[in-house]
Amino acid sequence: MTASTLSSATSAPLSEGTGLSLKKRLARSERRRKLQAALLVAPLLLFILFTFAAPIGKLLWRAVHSPEVAEGLPKTSQIIQAWDGKSVPEEAVFVALAQDLDTAYAEQRLAVPAKRLNYDSPGMLSLLMKAGRKVASFDSENLRQQFIDADPRWGEVETWRVIRNASSSYTDFFLLRALDLTRSASGEIVSVSDDEAIHLDILYRTFWISALVTAACLALSYPLAWLLANLPAKTANLLMICVLLPFWTSLLVRTTAWIVLLQNNGVVNQVMQLLGLFDAPVQLIFNRFGVVVAMTHVLLPFMILPLYSVMKSIPPVYARAAASLGANPWTVFWKVYVPQTLPGVGAGCLLVFIMAVGYYITPALVGGPRDQMLSYFVALHTNETLNWSMAAALAAVLFAATLVLYAIYSRLVGVNNMKLG
Amino acid sequence: MTHPDTHAPHVRFINVQKTYDGETLIVKNLNLDVRRGEFLTLLGPSGSGKTTSLMMLAGFETATEGDILVGGQRINRVPPHKRGMGMVFQNYALFPHMTVAENLAFPLTVRGQSGSNVDEKVKKALDMVRLTAYADRRPAQLSGGQQQRIALARALIFEPEIVLMDEPLGALDKQLREHMQIEIKHLHEKLGITMIYVTHDQSEALTMSDRIAVFNDGVIQQLAAPADLYERPENSFVAQFIGENNRLHGKVEALSAQSCDVRLTDGSVIHAFPVVKTQVGGEVSLSLRPERVDVADKAETLANYANCFSATIEEIIYLGDHLRVRVALCGHDDFIIKTQNNDLGFTPEAGQTIYVGWKLEDCRALDLLQ
Repeated sequence: MTASTLSSATSAPLSEGTGLSLKKRLARSERRRKLQAALLVAPLLLFILFTFAAPIGKLLWRAVHSPEVAEGLPKTSQIIQAWDGKSVPEEAVFVALAQDLDTAYAEQRLAVPAKRLNYDSPGMLSLLMKAGRKVASFDSENLRQQFIDADPRWGEVETWRVIRNASSSYTDFFLLRALDLTRSASGEIVSVSDDEAIHLDILYRTFWISALVTAACLALSYPLAWLLANLPAKTANLLMICVLLPFWTSLLVRTTAWIVLLQNNGVVNQVMQLLGLFDAPVQLIFNRFGVVVAMTHVLLPFMILPLYSVMKSIPPVYARAAASLGANPWTVFWKVYVPQTLPGVGAGCLLVFIMAVGYYITPALVGGPRDQMLSYFVALHTNETLNWSMAAALAAVLFAATLVLYAIYSRLVGVNNMKLG
Repeated sequence: MTHPDTHAPHVRFINVQKTYDGETLIVKNLNLDVRRGEFLTLLGPSGSGKTTSLMMLAGFETATEGDILVGGQRINRVPPHKRGMGMVFQNYALFPHMTVAENLAFPLTVRGQSGSNVDEKVKKALDMVRLTAYADRRPAQLSGGQQQRIALARALIFEPEIVLMDEPLGALDKQLREHMQIEIKHLHEKLGITMIYVTHDQSEALTMSDRIAVFNDGVIQQLAAPADLYERPENSFVAQFIGENNRLHGKVEALSAQSCDVRLTDGSVIHAFPVVKTQVGGEVSLSLRPERVDVADKAETLANYANCFSATIEEIIYLGDHLRVRVALCGHDDFIIKTQNNDLGFTPEAGQTIYVGWKLEDCRALDLLQ
């Protein structure tokens, strides 16, 4: 009784006059400020949404959304859902197919579903185009036999399985292919045959090159960042400009400069031959070595900057304290200095690795055919084979791999501990 | 190894000089003997060379000239990690990536110790600074005072014979600082180690030290026990730097071994104790502590003081336990008197004329401050 009287007495002034709780009144008084903040952010947010997030989202959507067959062969797509998948389909399916082929061929859009089917099983394009040409001359009776007579592949279960798998608007086909997987006749996920398996190799290669580049960047940047952080400000600023200089040069120029330096009759080879180190020119470019060298050079500042910023914030008193406690310089470095630079090392490695994973121009220019990274194949499928679904699936794999890395990193180091400069 | 001679100086600076730029000397010809088990404070304003001297002892700076001896051995070329001195820094310098216990174990593990021996010592060290419950915390989770106690424990855990402290309490607030001063002093008494302490805070130096070396301009101005330093400053800088001080400027008219007469610019003559070497006609600076001045409303009360003058109260500042009274006297209007607030037999008021008196030996004739 007393307690309730007390509490009502103390809470009364809070809601006095307005009848609203303190929280609500706080929210109301903050609303104007929040609205202002939102309005300030809005233009950039909309810009990013329309020019960046939306197109990328739409493209990634293509990795699973593939309506070519469902739209190009609508009747067949519908009726084949009831197929048992064990024997060649009933006459009704062939009737639907004949109608679809006839319409699509007449409207000259048979190539779209045919191409889509061809991704799944090479040869489907010509099979469909041939059937499209002939279907007008078929009798309406016993279509099944006429199809099989025209091409025995129509009598194979495998052909129909491909059509059925592609008949849905949504498919995991491309994503599975990006990981060298496919669905077997019974619908299980299995590895593709060795001669078709290329993407995992590329994925490993991409990560391996990125790891090499990250390690090289770290090895080169650590001492330099230490020097920058410990030099007097005037000298450090001058050196910092040298570090940042590459940012003001075009990526293309920097990459081609490496071609000039490293090619067979380039500067490096000539100097090495003059010094008598080698008798014949050494292949330094258009191979893995060239890719790693050029990418390391391009990505170096992204490692130096976070390292420098972290090292700059470590007061020299820790090293002194450690020495006074009896630690020799080596122990001071490994036990006291390095652990404190880990947030910078983590940030730098993550930054360089993620950027390296998506690299395209540099490996395309200075790498050999065995050094092309995943983004090269994204570009290939986008620009040349025009298999945008495959491009989207590869991009999605890259995106997912990056997210996984980021998650691992934030688990190990903590995103809040990351310092980007 | 011979038994350490307890009478020989533990640490010796012999003609030590230090310059950073090759032009000006930060430390000019430092000669200093530190006794074994002593608490010695290097006191001085910033840039006086006190920290540089400490850093030379720790091995983080090299002496440009001269020798530094520890236990009779020259250590100029010994690297810091082999000098075996504990050190406490102003900003604690606890390693942020290690827990409190790991920080404490660090000096032991780098010495190759491990296992239960280390755990036991860490526990003992934590008990010593009464932070046993904080073993697994990170330094950032502790308050400034707790961090400094850990830093202190870390500097002591490997049982060094010499502990160096570079303004260790500078970052703490006043109350905590005073508390820590007593704590460090007690630790020193308990452990009997040699402590060399750098500070610019004179009250800290007075509270803790066996002896204080007052530094200015790269030179030790005076090396003495706290009471000597306060009561008997040897030059104007020390008088000025330690405690509050009234300064009067005048010319010597008469001089003997125990007294001198100094005529001020307004013509009044003050009887003072001559400290600086001077002669009749020489200019001196008189130093007088504000609390050594007696105040009365009648001149007769002060008849047995060597110096007695009338003065006009300019301002009274009430400070609780005592009063600060600013008076105009002998042509100076910034003469400060400090008095217990119940000592006066009258209530002072601004504008009132009062009488002030002081003893000859409390008024010291020193050199002119540059």
